[in-house]
Amino acid sequence: MSDKESLFSKKNLRLLTDPLGKQNPITVQVLGICSALAVTAQLKPSVVMTLSVMVVLALSNVIVSLLRNTIPNRIRIIVQLVIVASLVILVDQVLKAFMYDVSKQLSVFVGLIITNCIIMGRLEAFALGNKPGPAFLDGIGNAAGYGLILIVVGFFRELLGAGTLWGFQVIPEGLYNFGYVNNGLMVLSPMALITVGIIIWVQRTKNQELVEENK
Amino acid sequence: MKGQGIKNFYDKHRPKFEKGGKLHPFQSVFEGFETFLYVPDKTTKKGSHVRDYIDLKRTMIFVVLAVVPTMLFGMYNIGYQHFHAIGEFAQTGFWEVFFYGFLRVLPAIVVSYVVGLGIEFTFAQIKGHEINEGYLVSGILIPLIIPIDTPLWMVAIAVAFSVIIAKEAFGGTGMNIWNPALIARAFLFFAYPAHMSGDSVWIRLGQDADKVVDGFSGATPLGLALTGNIDYNIWDAFWGFIPGSIGETSTFAILLGAAFLIITGIGSWRIMLATVIGALFTGLILNTFAVNPFMEIPFWHHLFLGGFAFGAVFMTTDPVSAAQTTRGKWIYGLLIGVLAIIIRVLNPAYPEGVMLAILLMNTFAPLIDHYVVQGNVRKRLKRAPANV
Repeated sequence: MSDKESLFSKKNLRLLTDPLGKQNPITVQVLGICSALAVTAQLKPSVVMTLSVMVVLALSNVIVSLLRNTIPNRIRIIVQLVIVASLVILVDQVLKAFMYDVSKQLSVFVGLIITNCIIMGRLEAFALGNKPGPAFLDGIGNAAGYGLILIVVGFFRELLGAGTLWGFQVIPEGLYNFGYVNNGLMVLSPMALITVGIIIWVQRTKNQELVEENK
Repeated sequence: MKGQGIKNFYDKHRPKFEKGGKLHPFQSVFEGFETFLYVPDKTTKKGSHVRDYIDLKRTMIFVVLAVVPTMLFGMYNIGYQHFHAIGEFAQTGFWEVFFYGFLRVLPAIVVSYVVGLGIEFTFAQIKGHEINEGYLVSGILIPLIIPIDTPLWMVAIAVAFSVIIAKEAFGGTGMNIWNPALIARAFLFFAYPAHMSGDSVWIRLGQDADKVVDGFSGATPLGLALTGNIDYNIWDAFWGFIPGSIGETSTFAILLGAAFLIITGIGSWRIMLATVIGALFTGLILNTFAVNPFMEIPFWHHLFLGGFAFGAVFMTTDPVSAAQTTRGKWIYGLLIGVLAIIIRVLNPAYPEGVMLAILLMNTFAPLIDHYVVQGNVRKRLKRAPANV
């Protein structure tokens, strides 16, 4: 990589777009599944979770990238954890101050961002070996890929499970009078897993390169 | 000869469906109907070790036949419960009672088959394989294990879910881990709990809801027992004159089906027997340490109540999702019996312990088989000369 390369070169832009599709952290690398199951019962927490992860991942990627030449290799994990933990606490405090109800809903899962495999994965795989600019884009891109799935899952689970979106009733009252009933299974976490499974299925049908060879 | 006419028809039109023919995209549909009417000249090539004239289609048809007694009785019982609830049973004729139930059960069966087979046909076409008859059995079992008042659109969604998620996603007939019919029921149970339990779904009242007689309760015996109110006649439960899911009330009709399955060699008597033994054993233990009226129900009553008999005969013996090895079948059946009664009696939230027990053991069936086979391999290695 030449030093003059601009931040938004073609190669760097792929850091943003790849995680949305064929490098998606959830559907292709199957990371960060736990939070995808836990917070996606409704759309709002899914979006807030996405933004929180985006902030934490982008900033920790930049910080680790800045420190990459000074962190002793043997203790790098603990250094990364300290950085991530500080950022997570910041995010948690901001949520508590400005979005108390959502923060209540997300409960421990904001704190658990620290254990999100996507974050440690990107720090280890990308931030430790790249400059802050690309590391920032990589963080935004991966968080967006993670968030895309979260939001799609959250959308369907809230729509079918509660008949609402973002807390507003979308399924008309008339339909309920006809005998329509909300699907209670959508609210339970197994359905999040199945929804993610269906997304993976659709993605692999469209993009055959993702299908592994049968051994 | 009469049948030859249709055969000629098939022979004449076959080229159109072969590769390059005009109607090739519909080949699987063509073959599906042909083999449905005639014995196909192909037999199973892989997977099974014993080759027989009997193929998947005949197996499936036999199971459907075995279900017929309990289905017919279920229809009668729907009418029986209805006219009893409104106090008009004495002045209603046998056929009127039967047809009342028949007309209410039929739509559920039609919906189940249309949706399920529609999805199977579509997948067969997309994936380019033959249409499997696997759904013939699930399609008749699903309407029989739900309450009569389940709305038809729920049946359709549950069928679609079970065929797509529990079957096609795993590779179609023969590849599913769980029994598709039970997946459909589990889906309904968790998605629409208000329509799958309680005391208002088991008896179809229809427009006569205001004519209900005094002292009427629509709850099933198990539902009542949960509230500490043991009020049923065990022989009514055996013959099947109790409220419950459409096809599961009559233990007698189910026993007829069981006898048919065992005689034709389709269903495994080992699994059925093991399940019953497991349930009786657990029931005895619960009787011994009974602390509430539900635990005091005589242990053998459990065989006649709820979905136990239906599950033990038609669900546990599903050859795809059950254990395959002889010793595995005993373990599998015993654990289903034990778990079914434990869930039913000790967890009041899930009166349908049988369904959950079978699904859970479906999950473990391959593991049981694995260890049975490994155990056998080790035993034989010990017997073999040491220098091999």
